[in-house]
Order: sequence, then structure tokens, then C-alpha cells
Amino acid sequence: MQASASSPVQGFREGSVVRILRLDPLMLLATLGIIAASIYTISTATQDDVAGSPNYFVYRQLAYAGVGLVLMLLIARFDYSRLREWKLGIYTFLIASILLVYALGFSARGSRRAIELPFFNFQASELGKLLLAVALAAFMVDRMRRLTDRETTSRIVLLGVVPAMLVIAQPDLGSGLVYLAILVSVLFVAGTPWTHFAALGGLAVLAILATLVVAPALGVEVLKPYQQDRLTAFLSPSSDPGAEGYQINQSLTAIGAGGKTGRGDEATQTRLDFLPEHHTDFIFSVVGEEFGFVGAALVLSLFALLIWRALRVLTMSKNFYGALVAGGITAMLMFQVFVNVGMTLGIMPITGIPLPLMSYGGSSVLTTLMAIGVLQSIHAQARELAESKGL
Amino acid sequence: MYLDNERRPTLTPQLAFRVAVLGGVALLFFAIIFFRLWYLQVLSGDTYRAEANQNRVREIKVQAPRGEIVDRDGATLVDNRTGYAIVARPDKLPEDESARGELYDRLSKALRMRRKVVARRVERQLKALPFSSAIVKQDVSEPIVAWLLERQDQFPGVDVERVFLRKYPHGEVGAHLFGSVGEITESQLDDERYNGVEQGDRIGQSGIESQYDRFLRGRNGAARVEVDALGNLTATLKRDEPVQGRQLRLAVDLDVQETGQRALAGGTGKGAFAVMNVRNGEVLALGSEPSFDANIFTRPFSQKTFNRLSAEEFGKPLYNRAVQGGYPTGSTFKLVTATAALAGGVLTPDEIINDGGSITVGDVTFKNAGDAVHGPIALRQALTVSSDVFFYTLGREMNGTDLLQRWARRLGVGRETGIDLPEELPGFVPSPRWRDREFRKFTRCVDRENPAPDEVLTTCGGIDRPWSVGDNINLSVGQGDLRANPLQMAVAYAAIANGGRVLRPRLGLRIEDASGRALQQLEAPTARRLGIKESDRQAILDGLYGAANEPGGTSTPVFEGFPIPIAGKTGTAEKGAGRADQSWYVALAPYPDPKYVVAVTDEAGGFGADTAAPMARLILAELFGVRGESQLVAGGSAPD
Repeated sequence: MQASASSPVQGFREGSVVRILRLDPLMLLATLGIIAASIYTISTATQDDVAGSPNYFVYRQLAYAGVGLVLMLLIARFDYSRLREWKLGIYTFLIASILLVYALGFSARGSRRAIELPFFNFQASELGKLLLAVALAAFMVDRMRRLTDRETTSRIVLLGVVPAMLVIAQPDLGSGLVYLAILVSVLFVAGTPWTHFAALGGLAVLAILATLVVAPALGVEVLKPYQQDRLTAFLSPSSDPGAEGYQINQSLTAIGAGGKTGRGDEATQTRLDFLPEHHTDFIFSVVGEEFGFVGAALVLSLFALLIWRALRVLTMSKNFYGALVAGGITAMLMFQVFVNVGMTLGIMPITGIPLPLMSYGGSSVLTTLMAIGVLQSIHAQARELAESKGL
Repeated sequence: MYLDNERRPTLTPQLAFRVAVLGGVALLFFAIIFFRLWYLQVLSGDTYRAEANQNRVREIKVQAPRGEIVDRDGATLVDNRTGYAIVARPDKLPEDESARGELYDRLSKALRMRRKVVARRVERQLKALPFSSAIVKQDVSEPIVAWLLERQDQFPGVDVERVFLRKYPHGEVGAHLFGSVGEITESQLDDERYNGVEQGDRIGQSGIESQYDRFLRGRNGAARVEVDALGNLTATLKRDEPVQGRQLRLAVDLDVQETGQRALAGGTGKGAFAVMNVRNGEVLALGSEPSFDANIFTRPFSQKTFNRLSAEEFGKPLYNRAVQGGYPTGSTFKLVTATAALAGGVLTPDEIINDGGSITVGDVTFKNAGDAVHGPIALRQALTVSSDVFFYTLGREMNGTDLLQRWARRLGVGRETGIDLPEELPGFVPSPRWRDREFRKFTRCVDRENPAPDEVLTTCGGIDRPWSVGDNINLSVGQGDLRANPLQMAVAYAAIANGGRVLRPRLGLRIEDASGRALQQLEAPTARRLGIKESDRQAILDGLYGAANEPGGTSTPVFEGFPIPIAGKTGTAEKGAGRADQSWYVALAPYPDPKYVVAVTDEAGGFGADTAAPMARLILAELFGVRGESQLVAGGSAPD
């Protein structure tokens, strides 16, 4: 706050919307920066994808971002603490919406993930990420005095694992894993003892063994074969260049070919469709190919800025609930960024997790912007309290 | 309002620590991602860029025609024709296994091939070169091509390509020389000789085609095109036109070759001949009968056809008797015996030996052919009348000295001549060491196996007795275990005629461009020099001249009235009970300064003067442009 008045950040901070809403300007900057990068990347990558309308995806992503930003600002104005009181409703809605997908589900490539709405396909599991963070934090706060009890931990784990399993069974393994990351983060920030984490880790290992080794041996199919292939393909992409390994190889080739400064219009991996899903899950590979190390580093820096500000919001929160919600949302963002980017770089398995704000898709963009809105709300509430105390 | 206990305006140390852990995790992951990104983009960028280019750029091969092969006067011997090949294009083939299977089904019916063969061929080629089209069948007839093209909707991914195939305008003439062209094999792909040849390319697999493959082989052209992930063509980047292979000019004279083969065919139909320039080793003709139409192998042929061409009962047409045959040579070998005896000091040119009609060694009597008695004669006369006793005597005297065997090999008999044909076989000169070794094996085998008397020869091999002087006597007149071919005899006679140079015969003359301009002379291989005294050489040549010209000469009647002076030797090789004698003739012309050697043999022609010598006359007539010689002269039937 001691920066000179001429600094652009200072100027931005003094901007009316930011001041009135008590937003975190750097977080807003990161958000807008990533959205801009997304729109630009999508516009270069999808020119030839829909015959006759080169900006098909651009316009839609712009619309999602616009609606999302409005939602973000609305949520930022609202005191997030009220959400705590609605926890049962939120949790019920979360479970119900997932189940509704089973009932009405629109099947995308064999997995039911979305409910068809007039304007877009609503992916319940995307919104569920935010809902879960908000609800789990609330349940945690209810057991404020017994945070370190084994019963508290089991109860929260159960509340988190149920929706995660339902989503994995859709099957949407990626979102399920994000749910688990949120769960772990909420526990972690709440101060759950390390011994509980050790026990949970042990259980997780057993569960993984059971699904990957024991169940197939007994003839029970927990993960679909393609999911297993995707999870293991990144270990040796060239051994199966036909299917899953193909995607990883093409992604590595695209990113590597980008070199230091990118290939721009000569980004053949993207333009000639060698890179699969280049506007959704593999959009980071497009950034890598078209804009090179410089572009990829810039986008990653924006994400680093966003995550740093999210962690800062966590520490600022005026109450414990805010800290837990911020913890859950931060984990949701971090996990998606690392798994998605790691996937495009061939160091993480393919799990179908989008890159927040970058990947094309309404559900993901709206959810992420709403989540950032919640973070901004936590920030605003903290600022308001501080101001009221005359800080 | 909110409960008090929910308020945590200050950061507890525990929460601070845990947030720090979260931040640390984030930092760690960002660090990993940055390093990975640095590695991929900055350190390995070039590799990946090359990979990306490889991804989008496809090379479409354009087959280059092979060079033509012409005779010494430029007449075309081997040509190209275009044919249609049915190919499978990988980008258009159905992805689905069962759809692909049905396609193979339909295709195999249309092409009259086995379904399994079609599937295996395509899958194997696509595995090796995933983006080039796979050849399903070469040389498909036009009606089938048209039929397929009309039904392209039923044959997705099936296409027609024009390919170059060999054409032999003269059919059976020289068929044994050219060899075959075929797709490169797995093991050849690793061979340095075939650098730059790719899977699916066709190379010379035998004969001249293989020997001179690096010249005849063209350079395939390529079109570089850009494609998208679905294989759709988006742009043509570059086009390299194919370059036809070099033209190869052979030393072969088409007319002489044709005449030779016709002459041979006029005999018993099984035999071989060689015509060579005695000064430089150029082979003007080299033929084997029966022959075959070389065009057979440029079309898909059946196993039955191949079997028939290899079958004994049809005379094994594929077998090149001129360089692979192994025969006793009869009296034509006497030139070798004479050279060995003279050089070894066993004989002088004018030394008289009495030919009393027979010679007895131990309890075996060796007689002259036809029970002739020639009396006291020297070498010249002995060659002229082909006295066996004279040479028996020399053979007996040289037994145990290895002189005969050594000189046979020196003159090129029983070893590879080194001609530029990869299929050549060495033949064999029997020696005491060989026979004694084989006999020891035989006795050990008999001791061990103790076979029934009538099975001894089949179980333990045919060498049932050790070397004896009789073996050397047999060898001295080219009988017994000797195995030689006409080309070897031509080389031996040429060495005596040219002053002692053992030539390496050669078919290839020079490499030319398509219009016949010389690009590279193929060097004449160096010859081995033998130290043979001029007077010895002359005595032998005089004897050979006498044999074709003087009264009493074994082939004098055959060359009656022939305008070119000839020196030549007949040969009649006995091949065991119940089998017709093999007829031989080796001629040097023109005498006294020979330029050509002609060696002819007919596997069952009887006396040398009976069949082989008249064949030689026909060939010589063509060689020297003598008119009015169109059929075999009824030769004398003088035994030799």
C-alpha cells in the first residue's frame, strides 16, 4: 500500500469497481489475463474447426466469460458466510444434480456428464466442485471444537467421498479426483492431525490397489478399460502410439516444436488437427506450440499469481469458514492446473481435467469464475472488517 | 451475526504452517512444470520441431524405371514396360477391423488371391511404411483394373498405380544371364550394397540385374505433400522427379547368342556354350539349353510353372549350364594335360611316345577310343588325332606329382572363373588327397553302420576305393570325377591362345545414359599370368590346328570348306553305363592369331565331332559373318 500513486497497480486499485467491491486487484488481473489468453488461443486454434464460422468457439467462450464475470462480481458483493447456513441445501443439490445427470444425462463419448439446457450443456460435476468446497467447509466448521477428532475426519471424508465416487462412476474420473483434492485440502486447512492423513493415505493406497489389481483379477470392472489406459499411457506413450499414447505424443511434439518463441501461424500440430482436443483439455499444448516457452511461461505466471492470491485470501479470511472455503477452492484450482498442464507435458496421466478459465467450456468457465467470486467475497469481507476496525 | 468462536481474524501458527505447506507444494509443482517446459521447448525444441514436420509431411514415392540392358551393338536385351499394380492406401482403408476384413475378402476374390495372403501382405507393408501405399498385386490385367475402378465405392482405399516391370523382347535368348528383379528382402535392407533402397522397392535379385544393380537401379522420385491429421492433402511442398537407372551395355552379341542357342536346341536340347574374346575376356555369348521365356517371371507366376522350369524331366530350364554345370570334358581336357606335362618337364614338344593302342596299369587296360592305334607320335600329332594312350602315359607319369591337378586349376578348370554372374559354381578337379579323404570317411562309415551290401553306396557315399594311378589316367583325358563347364574350358583355351593370361570373363562392358553415351567403362578385370614357354604353347596350338584341318584330325571333316582357319579340339565324355556320351568342342579362331574361343557341349550328343563341333561351326560362322551357314553340318563321326 506504500506504492507510489503513479504505479499502474496502485491506479488499478484505486479504480472504482475494485474499491467499492473491495476486490483483490491482482487476483482480478490474473483472472482477466487468463481469460484473455484463453480467448486469443481459442481464436487462433479453432479458425478451421467449424466450417463457415471461424469464431464459433470464440463467441461462445466470450459469452461464458462475460456471464461468468458478472456472476463473479455479484458473488463478490455477497457475504459468503451466508453459504454456511445453506450447507444442507447445497450438499443436497450437489448430490441431486449428480444423480439427475444419471437420469437425464446427455452422453458425451460414452460418459454421462451433462444435462442439456437451452443454451448449453450443464455439467453438474463442474459446478459440484465449488458446491463441494462450500459445503464441506461448512460441515467442518460445525465441528469447530472437535476438529482433531477421528469422528470429525471420518464424517467429512464420507461427505466428500460419496459425491466423488458418484462422479467417478458417471464416469468422470477427472472431476472425481478434483473432489478428492478439495476434500483433502479442507481437512488440511482445518488442521486435521497428520496421523489421520497417514491413515487416509493408507486407505487410498488400498483402494487403488483394489480397483487396479484386485477387482480386475476378480473380473469386476471398476474403471473402464479406456480410463485405465489413460492413467497408465503417460508412463510409456510410445508403446501405444495409436490411442492414448498418441495424444500425449502429439501434445509433447506440439509443445516442444513451439520452442522458445512459438510457431505462430506455422503451428501445424494445432492447425492440421494432429493435436486432439486442442480447444479443451489440450489448450495448454496450443499455447506451447503457438507462443512457445515465452507464451507458456506467461500463462503459467498468471496461474501462479492467481494461486498466490488465493492462498493470501485464505490467510486473510475474517473467519474460519472463509479460510476453509478458500482452502478448498485453492486446491481445486491448483489440482486442475497441475494435472492438466502436467498431462500436456507428459508427466501426469490423461484424466480429462480442463485447464481452469483456459479450456473452452461453459460449465468449467462459469464454475471457476464463481469460485473466484467466492474468493473475492472472502477478500472483501476481510477488507471490510479491517476497515471497520480502522486498519 | 456470526458466532464468536467462528471468528479467526488472526492467523494461528498451525494454519500459517499449513498454508505455507500448500504454497510450498504449489511452488514445487510450478518449478517442475517450468523445468519440464524448459526441457521440452528450449532444450529439445529442434527435435520436436522436426517431429512436427515429419507429422505433417508425407513422402509419396514415385517409382523410377530401371536402366535398360543392351547388347554390344546397342540392341535392346532388357526393357521396361508399365503395368498396373493394385495398392492399398493406408489413409483411405477402413479403420474398423471387420470392415477391413470384408474389404480383403472382396479384394481377394477380385484378384483371385487367397484372402490370408492379401491381408498379410497389406498389414506387413503398412507396418513397415505406415504412410506409403502397400502393393497388393503387381501386374494386374487391364480388365480387372477397369472392373475395380468402376466399383471404387466397394473398395475403399484400393487404388491402381502404374509400375515399371521388365520386358525381354527376345524371350528365351540370354534368359539365363539377366536374372530377376524382385522386392528387396528384410536381410538385404540391412546390406550396405542397398543403401537408399526402401522397403517395397524392387532390386536385381539374380544374374546381371543383381551384379550391376547399383547402376541399373534408378532413383525413386518423391512428392512431398502436407497432410492434416486425417491424411487429407493440404498442400504440395516439393516434387522430385524419379531418375531412371543407367543403361548397361553388355559384351554380348545378340546374334551370336541367338545362333548359339538355336544351334544347341538343334542337338539333344540339353547343353551350354560360351563365346569369349581371348584377348580381353569379353563374353560375346553365354547360353544354356533348354532355356525359358524370361518374361514369365515379370508376371505373377504359379508354383507349378516354377516347378516345371526346375524339373529334371523338362531339362531344368532355369539351370544355367554354362556356369553352373559340372561335366567331365573328355578330350578337350588334353590341352590341360599337355600344358601340365610340358611345364612340369615331364614332356618336351617333340618327345615321341609310342601309342600301341592301349596301356595297362596293374590289371586294368586303358584303350584308345575306337580301338585306334596311332604308333609313335609326338604332342602335335597326339592332339591332332586325339591319341588317348599318349595322354594316358602322361597321366600315369604325373600321378603323385599333383602337376595335373595344379595346372588344371591354374588354367581355370574346377574353380570359379570370376565372371560377373553371381550364380557361378566352381566345378571340381579330383585329387588324391580328396579321394583318399573321402575313402577314409567311407570305410569308417561302413565300420560304424555296417550297411547291407546293396545299400553301401547310398548310406556311405560313393567313394569306395582310394586314389589310384587309374584316376590320374582318367583325368588326363577329362574322364572320371572331373566337373567343369564350357566357360571354364573357354578360359583355359584362351590362356593358351593369348600367351598365358587366365582371363576373368565379363559380360558388362560399360555404363551409359539413356541415349547410349558412355558414362563409365567397366574396367576389364586383371588376369592371372601363367609362365608357359612360347614353344610349348605353339606346339599345343599347332596340334589343335591340325585337329581341325589336317587329314586324320578329329574335326577336320566338320570344318571342311569353312573360310576361317580354326584350331579346335573335340571331346567325348563318358558318363557311365546306359547314359549317352557328352559331346564337347572348343575352338579358337582365327588361326594362327585367335581372337575368339568358342566352347560348346551337348549333354548327350555323343562324339564331339558329331554334335558339338558342328554347333561350334554355326556359332563361328555367325561370329565371322560367314554366309550360307544356317544348319548343323553333318559332321564326321570320328571318335576321339
